[in-house]
Amino acid sequence: METILNNITILTAAPVLNFGLLIDGILIGSIFALAAYGLALVWGVMNVKNLAQGDFIMLGGYITWTLGQHGISPLFGVPTAFVFLWGFGWIVYRLVISKVITRDLFTSLLATFGVAIVIQQSLNLAFGPDTQSAQSGLPTWQLAGGLISISSTRVLGFGLAIILALGVVAFMKNSRMGQAIRATAQDPRAARVLGIDTEKVYSFTFCLNAAICGAAGALVALVWNVQPFYGTTYSIRLFVIVTAAGFGNLPGVIAAGFAMGVVEQFGGFLLGAEFQQALIVLLLLAVLAYRQLQYLRVRQAVQ
Amino acid sequence: MSIASRDNLPFLLIFVAGVAAPFLFPDYSSEVAVLWLMILFASTWDILGGQMGYNSLGNIVFFGAGMYICAVVQIGLYYDVGMYTSGARTTHIVFTHSQYFTGFAVGTVAAAIGAAAIAIVAGWIVFGLRGPYFAIGTLGLAVAAGELVASWTWVGAASGISMPVFPGPPDTQKIFFYFLLFGIAFVLLIFLRWLYSTNFGLALNAIRDDEEKAEAMGIHTRRYKRLAWAISAFYLGISGAIFGNMTGFIEPRDIAFPVATFNLFMVVMVLLGGKGTLWGPVIGAVIFHTVKEITWTYFLGWQFIALGALIVITIVYFQQGVAGWIMEKFPERFKSRSAVAGEQERPLRGRLTPHPEGAE
Repeated sequence: METILNNITILTAAPVLNFGLLIDGILIGSIFALAAYGLALVWGVMNVKNLAQGDFIMLGGYITWTLGQHGISPLFGVPTAFVFLWGFGWIVYRLVISKVITRDLFTSLLATFGVAIVIQQSLNLAFGPDTQSAQSGLPTWQLAGGLISISSTRVLGFGLAIILALGVVAFMKNSRMGQAIRATAQDPRAARVLGIDTEKVYSFTFCLNAAICGAAGALVALVWNVQPFYGTTYSIRLFVIVTAAGFGNLPGVIAAGFAMGVVEQFGGFLLGAEFQQALIVLLLLAVLAYRQLQYLRVRQAVQ
Repeated sequence: MSIASRDNLPFLLIFVAGVAAPFLFPDYSSEVAVLWLMILFASTWDILGGQMGYNSLGNIVFFGAGMYICAVVQIGLYYDVGMYTSGARTTHIVFTHSQYFTGFAVGTVAAAIGAAAIAIVAGWIVFGLRGPYFAIGTLGLAVAAGELVASWTWVGAASGISMPVFPGPPDTQKIFFYFLLFGIAFVLLIFLRWLYSTNFGLALNAIRDDEEKAEAMGIHTRRYKRLAWAISAFYLGISGAIFGNMTGFIEPRDIAFPVATFNLFMVVMVLLGGKGTLWGPVIGAVIFHTVKEITWTYFLGWQFIALGALIVITIVYFQQGVAGWIMEKFPERFKSRSAVAGEQERPLRGRLTPHPEGAE
């Protein structure tokens, strides 16, 4: 309790620190927003809740880290992870997801949880349980007399995340496939009647989601660190974001992603890093409780 | 109904097998004890997951809570808990014979009641959630519980608590905890058979089949849901208290609140055996535990990958479970049996097909 009050005092005494936390939060939030967009896409189009989302991110991160270990600039990790995870997503789709699309939601939840365990444990076997981070070797900028330090890697990550997000949004809006995906999300039966191969749309959507996660993971390895078991925390974060925004509301998902990044930075600073995971989970419960209150109000209106 | 009637036969067999096992296979008595724990896990999960249609991913909370409540009571009766947990690794504290057993008994009762109370309180938060939101909410509860205990220094934080040492030779200890777990599992099965035959069981099934209609028929669905969860929590609290003392050391992330292992095993065992039946979870637990022990022995290092693959295969390709498969294969035998028992006949496929309200 005392440390929390002390930290609040620090923030009020040096308001410029708030600014630093805010910037960091927004930079990290851009990565959350990207992966949450993928989750919302799969959720909305296929009605599958992918609990392996965070582990896809870790997989992308490890690809980038491996590239860095072999002397290749980790910046190439972003496209490499994108392509690799596209293929990986296709395999997962063929083996697991295509079998559970028509089943109830708990089935897909559990099946993807199983996939998540397989990925986590394989990463643990292959890379060991240590935290790893890809070094891009870019400088860190000092602002406000050294109180705020912004690493240019984070800015670069932010830029890449924005470019990627814009690319995906433009693709969904303009391309033939993007239109087919949106049509399938609205009404799969009508889409089939109108000659859209929904099976292909599902497969494409899942691959696209996996690829987005891979690219986000590459950014995570660049600006943060990766560890085989961090995936679960990412999955929970993404669920918080998508549940808070509502999965049909894509701009909301992106806004909530940024908010999540900012809340986490401030929460981590105030409460201490060891409470960060508990904070995320409590946030999830708060969001779910809020949704439930909304639901209760709707019921009262019906009565 | 005579003791040897057809319905009682499985109970007799289980009783004989349970009593004989530690004497027939003394080397494996702790593995068989864990098997009874798995049966407890699966059967308590099925109260909600199978009978009531609420797929919880957070039942492990009660197991861990029971473990910690029991430990705190056991130690707190005679020592200061904060002192014990901080000094447990430097000073050696011995509990006398009567101190140990009094503490254990009081602790187990406290664990059972405490876990049930937590279920009722947590039920306020999570039971408004439906379908997958309920699963994610309860999963969040389990992760939060583990993380909070891991940062709570009074109960030893992440480094855990060394439990009081059992006053007796190791063989007596093994047999003692074996029969405790076996006894609780056996009592649970008898209790569940009775419970599912009462109106309470019917109300749970009504909630599973159509919650809105059940509510419209005048069933207080929230009260039933909370009570059903409290029943699971009661037994899970007891088993947590026993298991904590059996292992001798408790720790938040891997022993008390193991979200990715025990917590998930519960669900997989029930799905493997067939949900919504009394014996499905038991069959599932036996198969799962046997397969798990074999992979643990022969694929060391790969065991968790094998486990994840087993989960995916069970869920994707074999969801009706062993009991469901047998019922599909020999429907006539089960019809006659339910007619004898005077039960209403339940549509078998009904609970396997997606529920429309589960969509959102």
